[in-house]
Amino acid sequence: MFKRLKPFFALGLMLSVFFLGGCSNYIVLDPKGPVGAQQKDLILYSIGFMALILLVVYILFTVIVVKYRENRKDMSNWEPEQEGSKKLEILWTAIPILITIALSIPTIKTIYDLEKPPQASAHKEPIVITATAVDWKWIFTYPKQGIETVNYVNIPEDRTVEFKLTSADSMSSFWIPELGGQKYAMPGMETTLYLQADHKGKFAGRNSNFNGEGFTHQIFDVNSVSQSDFDKWAKDTKTKAPELTKKQYDQLMLQGEAKKMTFSSTHLKWVDHAKNRDYAVKTRERLGVVPQNPHGSKAKDANNPEQDSHGESHSH
Amino acid sequence: MKWDEFFVTGDPLIYGADVSIGLTVIGLLFYLTYFKKWQWLWKEWLTTVDHKKLGIMYIASAVLMLFRGGVDALLMRAQLAVPDAKFLDAQHYNEIFTTHGTIMIIFMAMPFLIGLINVVIPLQIGARDVAFPYLNAVSFWTFFIGAMLFNISFVIGGSPSAGWTAYMPLAGNELSPGPGQNYYLLGLQISGIGTLLTGINFLVTILKMRAPGMTLFRMPMFTWSALITMVIIVFAFPILTVALALMTFDRLFGAHFFTLQGAGMDMLWANLFWLWGHPEVYIVILPAFGMFSEIISTFARKVLFGYKAMVWAMVLIAAYSFLVWVHHFFTMGTGAAVNTAFSISTMLIGIPTGIKIFNWLFTMYKGKISFTTPMLWALGFIVNFVVGGVTGVMLAMAAADYQYHNTYFLVSHFHYVLIAGTVFGCFAGLVFWYPKMFGYKLNERIGKWVFWLFMIGFNVCFFPQYFLGLDGMPRRVYTYSAASGWGDLNMVSTVGAFVMGIGFLALVYNIYYSFRYSERENTGDSWGLGRTLEWATTSAVPPHYNFAVTPTVEGLDPVVAIRNDKKDVTPKLADIKPIHMPDNSGVPFVMASFFFVAGFGLVFEWYWMGIVGLIGVFITLIIRSFDKNEGYYVSVDEIKETERITV
Repeated sequence: MFKRLKPFFALGLMLSVFFLGGCSNYIVLDPKGPVGAQQKDLILYSIGFMALILLVVYILFTVIVVKYRENRKDMSNWEPEQEGSKKLEILWTAIPILITIALSIPTIKTIYDLEKPPQASAHKEPIVITATAVDWKWIFTYPKQGIETVNYVNIPEDRTVEFKLTSADSMSSFWIPELGGQKYAMPGMETTLYLQADHKGKFAGRNSNFNGEGFTHQIFDVNSVSQSDFDKWAKDTKTKAPELTKKQYDQLMLQGEAKKMTFSSTHLKWVDHAKNRDYAVKTRERLGVVPQNPHGSKAKDANNPEQDSHGESHSH
Repeated sequence: MKWDEFFVTGDPLIYGADVSIGLTVIGLLFYLTYFKKWQWLWKEWLTTVDHKKLGIMYIASAVLMLFRGGVDALLMRAQLAVPDAKFLDAQHYNEIFTTHGTIMIIFMAMPFLIGLINVVIPLQIGARDVAFPYLNAVSFWTFFIGAMLFNISFVIGGSPSAGWTAYMPLAGNELSPGPGQNYYLLGLQISGIGTLLTGINFLVTILKMRAPGMTLFRMPMFTWSALITMVIIVFAFPILTVALALMTFDRLFGAHFFTLQGAGMDMLWANLFWLWGHPEVYIVILPAFGMFSEIISTFARKVLFGYKAMVWAMVLIAAYSFLVWVHHFFTMGTGAAVNTAFSISTMLIGIPTGIKIFNWLFTMYKGKISFTTPMLWALGFIVNFVVGGVTGVMLAMAAADYQYHNTYFLVSHFHYVLIAGTVFGCFAGLVFWYPKMFGYKLNERIGKWVFWLFMIGFNVCFFPQYFLGLDGMPRRVYTYSAASGWGDLNMVSTVGAFVMGIGFLALVYNIYYSFRYSERENTGDSWGLGRTLEWATTSAVPPHYNFAVTPTVEGLDPVVAIRNDKKDVTPKLADIKPIHMPDNSGVPFVMASFFFVAGFGLVFEWYWMGIVGLIGVFITLIIRSFDKNEGYYVSVDEIKETERITV
C-alpha cells in the first residue's frame, strides 16, 4: 500500500526541502527596505497557516486512504450509509472562518500601511520621482531637482521615495522586487507607490505587466546612494548633463528600447502623461512611425536589418 | 493585401505546421472518400442532435485542443529551459502564450466539461435528451467553428499576441495592428454564443426534465454542479459578449471604448474581462467538483458525506465568484478600502472550498476504497488541488499580492487549480464514463501509467515555479539572463512539462489500445458500482432514446437501491409506449459554417465577406423559424427489438 503513496510523500519531502533550503535566497523573501520587509512578514505569516492546513489535510488523507482501502482484512467498519456528521461539519466550517479572520487582520493593516510612507522614516520628507512607462523603457523625472533619467533611477538611502507612476501608452507595472511590491502605471492616470531602500546598493527594477514585443527587456537599475552623494549627483546633473530637447523626447516616445540617459531638464513642460493619454501615439503618427502588423510585408522589410540590436536604433 | 501577408511566412516551425495540416486534411479526405464514409459522417455526426454524440464530439475537439495547447506549452518550456535561449523570438513567444491560454480555457477546458455534461446529465436525470436538442447542435457547431477560426490564425494572418486577457490599450489597433487580435475577438465571440446557449439549454433541461421522483435534493452531485455552472454561464457570458463587441468596435469601426485616443478607458476592459473571467474560472472548476463527488462516492462505495453542505458550498462559491474580480488587479491602485473588500471576499471562497475538501475526505472515511484509474485521478486531485487552494488564499492577501502579481507564483497557482482541478477532473470523468460512451473501458494498466506520468510531471513542472515567482521571475517573459539565477528551476520545470507530454501520449495510446483490445461491456453498469441513473440503462451504450421506460426515483443513488434490493428493472412490454424523438438537422452545421465565413471576413476587415456570412446566418435562422418538423416516434416494435424483449 505504501508503495502507492510514495509520490505523495515525495511531494511532501520536496516541499520541505524547498522551504528549508534557504528562504533568504529568494529575493522577495530577502527585502532591502521596510516596504518589502512588511510584505515578507505577511508572506511568511501566511505560509505558516498554509503549511498547517496542508499538514492536516495530508495526514487525514493518508490515514483515511490507508485505513479504508478495499483490500483490508477487517471489513466490519465499512458503513456505506454513513452520510454526515453535524459536529464535524461545523468544525471544518468554523476553523476556516477563524483562519480567514487571522489572515485578514494583518492583511488589512498592511494594505493600509502601504498607502502611506513607511513609518521608519516618517520624520523625513519623501523624495518625489515620477516614473513614466513608454514601450519599452522607463523615464524618471525629478520635478523638484528638475532633472530626468532614462532606464535608471538614483535614490537616497534611508529615505522614502514617493514614486508617481504613469504611462505614455500601454498598461505597465512598476516593480522593484527587493524594495517592495508593484503597482500599475497607466496612461492618463497617476498612481502612487512608496518604497524605501535601507542600504546603499543596486537593485533590479522592471515592468512586470506584459505589454508587447519589448516587454522582457523593459528593465531599469535602481541605485541607492547616500543622501550627500545623491544631492551631489542631482546638482552635477543639473549643471553638466545635456538638456532634454523636444525632438529627443519625441524619439523616446517611439516603441523600442533605449540606453541609459541623463538630462538636466524634464519633459513636464511639454506633456504630463498622467493627464494626457495619447501624446505618444499622436507623436508616432506625426513622425510617421506607427506599429506594423508583425506578419505584414512592411514589418518584415523593417525587421531585416540589425535585428539583434534589440531596437536600440530607436533611441537616437 | 499580399499573399505573404495572408499566409504566415518566414519561420520553419510554421512551415512544418503548414505541411502537417495539409497532409492531415488530404489524409482525412482520402479516408472519407476511399472508405465511402461521407454519408456516414453527415448522417451520424454532422447533423446529429443526440446529446451523447454531441458530447463525444465536444470531448474529441477538446482533446485535439489539449494537444494544440500542449504543444504551445512545450514550445514555451523549451524556450525557457535555459537562459538567453534563441529558440523563439519575442513576438513568436508572445503569440504562443496568448494562444496557449485562450485555447486551454475556452477551447479545451470548457468544451471538455460541457462534453461530459452532455453525455452524462440527461442520462443522470433520466431524460431522453436535452430540452432543446436542435439548440444543442447549434451550441456545439458554433463552439467548434469559433475554435477553428481561432486556430487557423497561426498559419493565416498571424496569431493574437496580447495575452489571453487581451488588456487594452495593448490589444488595440494602436499597439497591436493586424488581424491577430481580430481572430481572438471573433473566435471567442462565435464560440461564446454556443456556450451561452448551452447554459440556457441545460438550465432548462435540469430544471424541467428530471425523472419523476427526482426532487432537487435528490439530484446527483454532478447534476447539481452542472446546474450551478449553467446559472453562472447565463450571468457571466453576456458580459464577455458585450466586452468583446466593444473591443471589436474599437478595432474595426474606430470606436474609443478602451483606446488610448479619444478618451478611451483601458481599466474598463480589465474590469469587464474579469467580471466574466473570474466566474469563468468557476465554470471550469464546479463541474469537475461534481465529477469528483460522483467518482469518490462510487469507488469508496459510500454515500456522499454532507450532501446538503456540498450543494450549499457550490451555491456560495457561485455567488462569491461574481464578487471577487478585482483581485486580478489589486495593483491597479484602486485604494486601500477596495483592496480590503476584495481581499476578504476572495478569502471567503476558501471556506466553502475547504468544506468540500473535508467532505470528500470523509466520504472515504469508513468506506471501501478501490484504486481504479478514475479514483486515482480523484485522489490526485485532492492532494494537488489543496496546494493550489492555499496559494490562492495567499494571493488573496492584497498586500502580499503586490509581490506575487504578474510572477510565476501566480502562474503556478492557477495551473495547480486548473490542471489538478479541471484537467484531472476531465481525465477522471473521461475514464469513468468512457464505457457509457463507447461500450468498453479504457485499459486500467495503461491508464495508471497515464496518471502517474501526468501527475508527477505536473508537480515537477509547476512546483518549482512558486519559487521562481518568489525569486522575482515575471510571467510572460520570453527569456531571462543567466545572472538572474533562474536557470536551474526553469530546467526542472521544463523536464516536468515533457513528462506531462509523455503522459498525454500514453493517454492517446490507451484510447487506441482499448479500441482494439478492451473487453466489450454488456451491462449498463460497467464498473459494477454505479450509483446514479446513467448506470441504469439496459445496455452499456444507451440507445438513442436513452430509456425505454422513464425511470422513477425514490431517493439518492437509485442504482444502489436497485442493486441492493435486487430489483428487476428490465422494461416490461406493457410499459413500452412509442417515444417522441427529434429529427436530425443539417441547419446548425450550415449556420456555423456561415458564422465562419462572417468571422473570417471580419478578421481581415473584408466587409463584403462579413456581410455575406451574416446574411447566410440569418437565412438559416429564418429556415429554422418556419420549420414545421415536430420530430418522429420510435415505434414499440423498434424499442422491443433494441431492448431484446421477448414475450
